[in-house]
Amino acid sequence: MGMTMTQKILAEHAGLESVKAGQLIKVKVDMVLGNDITTPVAVKEFEKIGAGKVFDVNKIAIVPDHFTPNKDIKSAEQVKMIREFSKKMGIVNFFEVGQMGVEHALLPEKGLVVAGDVVIGADSHTCTYGALGAFSTGVGSTDMAAAMATGETWFKVPEAIKFVLEGKPGKWVSGKDIILHIIGKIGVDGALYKSMEFTGEGLNYLSMDDRFAIANMAIEAGAKNGIFEVDEKTLDYIAEHSNKPYKIFKADEDAEYVEVYKIDLSTLRPTVAFPHLPENTRSIDEVGDIKIHQVVIGSCTNGRIEDLRIAAEVLKGKKVHPDVRCIIIPATQKIWKQAMNEGLFDIFIDAGAAVSTPTCGPCLGGHMGILAEGERAVATTNRNFVGRMGHPRSEVYLASPAVAAASAIAGKIASPE
Amino acid sequence: MNVRGKVIKYGDNIDTDVIIPARYLNTSDPAELAKHCMEDLDKDFVNKVQPGDIVVAGKNFGCGSSREHAPIALKASGVSCVIADTFARIFYRNSINIGLPIVECPEAANDIEDGDEVWVDFDTGTIVNHTKGSTYKAAPFPDFLQELISSGGLIEYVKKQAQGGAL
Repeated sequence: MGMTMTQKILAEHAGLESVKAGQLIKVKVDMVLGNDITTPVAVKEFEKIGAGKVFDVNKIAIVPDHFTPNKDIKSAEQVKMIREFSKKMGIVNFFEVGQMGVEHALLPEKGLVVAGDVVIGADSHTCTYGALGAFSTGVGSTDMAAAMATGETWFKVPEAIKFVLEGKPGKWVSGKDIILHIIGKIGVDGALYKSMEFTGEGLNYLSMDDRFAIANMAIEAGAKNGIFEVDEKTLDYIAEHSNKPYKIFKADEDAEYVEVYKIDLSTLRPTVAFPHLPENTRSIDEVGDIKIHQVVIGSCTNGRIEDLRIAAEVLKGKKVHPDVRCIIIPATQKIWKQAMNEGLFDIFIDAGAAVSTPTCGPCLGGHMGILAEGERAVATTNRNFVGRMGHPRSEVYLASPAVAAASAIAGKIASPE
Repeated sequence: MNVRGKVIKYGDNIDTDVIIPARYLNTSDPAELAKHCMEDLDKDFVNKVQPGDIVVAGKNFGCGSSREHAPIALKASGVSCVIADTFARIFYRNSINIGLPIVECPEAANDIEDGDEVWVDFDTGTIVNHTKGSTYKAAPFPDFLQELISSGGLIEYVKKQAQGGAL
């Protein structure tokens, strides 16, 4: 029986010839990640093990990004604790405010993840690195602690769903619209425990930033991981960002998939997920008249340079609606500088938008744009659960940066067309 | 091991943001987290939950964020077990790792109602609904997970391995 991309990566990291779905295996990890919310719990658990040192000071990344720059005393104490832990352990990849970014934008940019890697992170959106042809998945703090000590973790080998992407998407259809469309189709548990493997000639039309957005939201369909076939674009990205050796894993011809979906990208429309689940999707043509109070453009899903460029294209020469706060959050320092140098900030600020330093901030209702009771936001983030961005009776509509920017101008959910 | 308790029932796709909202994640103190458990879904949960109570829910329980604070908050609230149709995978791992017993059993999740008195035996996967007089059977955990659970969670398991010279 053939293996999927994911199964091949897992087999190699388990030191096995082959694996099959359902098998429980122990694998070596190439990178262990944590943030300022999950790492404090991991440090406490790590100390209980009594290992004294981490398995490899180069293979752990700690990124305080959720409540940073720290929003209050308690969150400052949490970062202080993990900063001291990182220093004591000699962890090389601790990213302080001023160098940090939203973790899943930062790690690829810093070249810390490449094709063929196994990465676990105490953050559910760790699945983002599947865009690079890596196996990466979210775990909890205790799993992070154990892996920091041993360099290993356990997995149940997942079954897979194959998504064959075909055709060229329209100008305003981005990776975000594609993944929202898919989640709308299969549901928030449509890929539960499974891999989502993306392939097909449609990949030719998807930039790395599109692919990061798609892989990022695999968790929103319940998936263990999302992974893209490696192509020229992946290799160019890796060459530009990393010196780490990489390995390309291709699915076998006879790999088994529990389901195969063919998706014609040319037929997709800009897509919006209504409250309070990412599966509640509607095409932009069916959204109706939804007045909004806030727009957030940023996050590990859509805070990359292409996202900011398209937002700027829509906002150029226009004004944010007087009833709307438009908050733009470049995901990393590098993206921030690039956006500044490209003149995007002039466009944003002239339009009446606020530009923030990198942070996860409002995405999880942390800070930098919390919603009051009854308020509605269009956000390029990844979750629209009850209370996600603030008050339990506020609402989040998930959309692409183009739709978010157009909505900021219109004061209601609007098409960029 | 077995537990007995009164059921608090919820629906499908109970996400970790409602189990413990992110605005309270500037601490990892279990007692502090328990004060806000389920707050955005059911404000009354913290008042009505009694030690030993069992949470029963539908599909995809614990979806969303990887925050281990979610099973920690439930455990610290006194919840003795969660029964669901299915669990989101990170929540599933986290619960086993921190020692919050969970049972995946679609039949039980569907049939059990709020307020029912339920007994769960983890060794055999047997669930008895004393209110309705029904019995349900869940699939037992695979051997490796049983070993993890009987070691007292992942950290104890890793410690045991370390003592065996495997680390």
